[in-house]
Amino acid sequence: MADTAKTTHPQPAGRPEKGAEFGYVGIDAILEQMRRKAMKQGFELNIMVVGQSGLGKSTLINTLFKSKVSRRSVMPSDEERIPKTIEIKSVSHDIEEKGVRMKLTVIDTPGFGDQINNENCWQPIMKFINEQYEQYLQEEINISRKKRIPDSRVHCCIYFIPPTGHCLRPIDIEFMRHLSKVVNIVPVIAKADTLTLEERDFFKQKIREDLRVNEIEVYPQKEFDEDSEDRMINDKIREMIPFAVVGSDQEYQVNGKRLLGRKTRWGTVEVENTAHCEFAYLRDLLIRTHMQNLKDITSSIHYEVYRVRRLNENNTHPSDQPNGHSNGVPTHEVLSHEM
Amino acid sequence: MDAIMLQEKLVERLLCARGRTTRQKDKQYVGFATLPNQVHRKSVKKGFDFTLMVAGESGLGKSTLVNSLFLTDLYKDRKLLNAEERINQTVEITKHTVDIEEKGVKLKLTIVDTPGFGDAVNNNECWKPITDYIDQQFEQYFRDESGLNRKNILDNRVHCCLYFIPPFGHGLRPVDVEFMKALHEKVNIIPLVAKADCLTPNEIKKLKDRVRDEIERFGIKVYQFPECDSDEDEEFKQMDKELKECTPFAVIGSNTVVEARGQRVRGRLYPWGIVEVENQSHCDFVKLRNMLIRSHMHDLKDVTCDVHYENYRAHCIQEMTSKLAQDNRIDSPIPILPLPTPDAETERLIKMKDEELKRMQEMLEKMQQQMHEKDTC
Repeated sequence: MADTAKTTHPQPAGRPEKGAEFGYVGIDAILEQMRRKAMKQGFELNIMVVGQSGLGKSTLINTLFKSKVSRRSVMPSDEERIPKTIEIKSVSHDIEEKGVRMKLTVIDTPGFGDQINNENCWQPIMKFINEQYEQYLQEEINISRKKRIPDSRVHCCIYFIPPTGHCLRPIDIEFMRHLSKVVNIVPVIAKADTLTLEERDFFKQKIREDLRVNEIEVYPQKEFDEDSEDRMINDKIREMIPFAVVGSDQEYQVNGKRLLGRKTRWGTVEVENTAHCEFAYLRDLLIRTHMQNLKDITSSIHYEVYRVRRLNENNTHPSDQPNGHSNGVPTHEVLSHEM
Repeated sequence: MDAIMLQEKLVERLLCARGRTTRQKDKQYVGFATLPNQVHRKSVKKGFDFTLMVAGESGLGKSTLVNSLFLTDLYKDRKLLNAEERINQTVEITKHTVDIEEKGVKLKLTIVDTPGFGDAVNNNECWKPITDYIDQQFEQYFRDESGLNRKNILDNRVHCCLYFIPPFGHGLRPVDVEFMKALHEKVNIIPLVAKADCLTPNEIKKLKDRVRDEIERFGIKVYQFPECDSDEDEEFKQMDKELKECTPFAVIGSNTVVEARGQRVRGRLYPWGIVEVENQSHCDFVKLRNMLIRSHMHDLKDVTCDVHYENYRAHCIQEMTSKLAQDNRIDSPIPILPLPTPDAETERLIKMKDEELKRMQEMLEKMQQQMHEKDTC
């Protein structure tokens, strides 16, 4: 694509071919414009990691973004103890690659599933996600809105399943059932170097079966496939979820190359080797191919569902609020409900 | 084995015809050095029994480890529940009994499994069925021991509990601590780090250190290996020291046999290498097996009988005497047990049943021998 931002008709060098250059308007140049603008603005991505302590969540995030972006790396004094209640800890970083800047926020949930009684352990997480939606909603219905509303909505929630090899546990099902309705859930099998290939396939099958029986829709959701091309790609992904991942932030020499891996006495697990584990597929999905799709689904579907519900709630109780939303005037006395 | 042969020779010399010179030498021997040999022969005839309990969340490789330890397949017909069925599941206690024989020594092994432990969302008091079971076995033994016919007491007391700690955490979780504290005074607990093949050697060391620290911090009394006597040889002492420093054992189990380094071994085949279960540099399975079966099985039984059971018994008797004192009955020096004293009728029935049992056991042995002969020829 030539530098055709200013002119609509490129000056052809020599005789123009019949019909070709004459008809070229240059609409496709808009892609280049968008690209430039996006590079200037930068991207935002908010990932939440959920799972029991010790499943390698922080290591996986570090491996995904090839830098120390997790909560552990930022606060080294945070010793490895199990908190008594679930905490939500959010860490933001600006990372840059080839001129593209990204503001990455990793939201960690220490304490999930670690107690003896784990009933309602998803509620704090649900509350947090809804709070982010509420914050965005408030900014959106402001009279004088900011040019770019800071987007703190959770785009993706990676759920770590412990590699028991049998099937999903009740806590997994409860969590995913509640949260698949408000956020994109990407389930992964953590610490997959403890399963042989047959055990891994069997486990995945059982998990897919459990998800189907409980009617849990994880990302990529079937109902949001836009066209047949999307469906084909997403079907291939759906055959492979949940991804069996191994994370590592240490490099070892293997066959003359330095690779990220885990070295044991019987061999070295290479993180980026697709024959060993599926980390590469997860990374491609999250970052290289479907990142924008995750953000789109969050903003156009999950957020809209929340927004419609909130607006309807306010409309059905006009007596409670002096100024309902029906006339577009925002009221900041709106309470944020717990869903 | 050499010591036994020596004893046998000694017995032979004592019993056979003596010459003059030997008679003089014999004057220095009394001959009771052969007692261990006699005990040995008698116990080989009787056979041993051992009850082992395995506890831990599902999916930690408990059944696989039991199969690897005893080289059997105890769980052929097991049906695993899926997640919805597990939501309403309570902790069950299941028993599998298997008779193993090796070099003429018979072992009746009972494995007590605890499916459902720690699997639910709300795991409050999920160890209660387990403590109830252990108490029940103590109570039954107590009654049998205090009864009138003590010939065929079945010893169902749990001699050892292997507790599986998941390797994924950073040490003990709340449910681990609570479970061990509820059980450490009732049974010998041996904590294990399960599925150790997902940890690098450094991580294993860190985890073991943490678990040992936390066990001490929370005051959990796990099974302690007995101190070796000062007159044992250095090699034994060295082995003992290594064993103690290695707890909790990081184990790996396997149901499959793979080919490694030209041999067929029990192991797990990964794309990046083969884990051998019996390789000491890969995991502590061999140490666990040696400790559990080859060196400390008898000590485990002794501690169960002498410490845990006696604690239970003392506690029980104390409760009964305090209850009696409350009821204002006559003070008897011997606590009166609330047992129905069997009359002559039941005595006769018991004797009949005993003889029937003996007959059936003999028949079973005969059948086993016949089958064995059929197999060999």
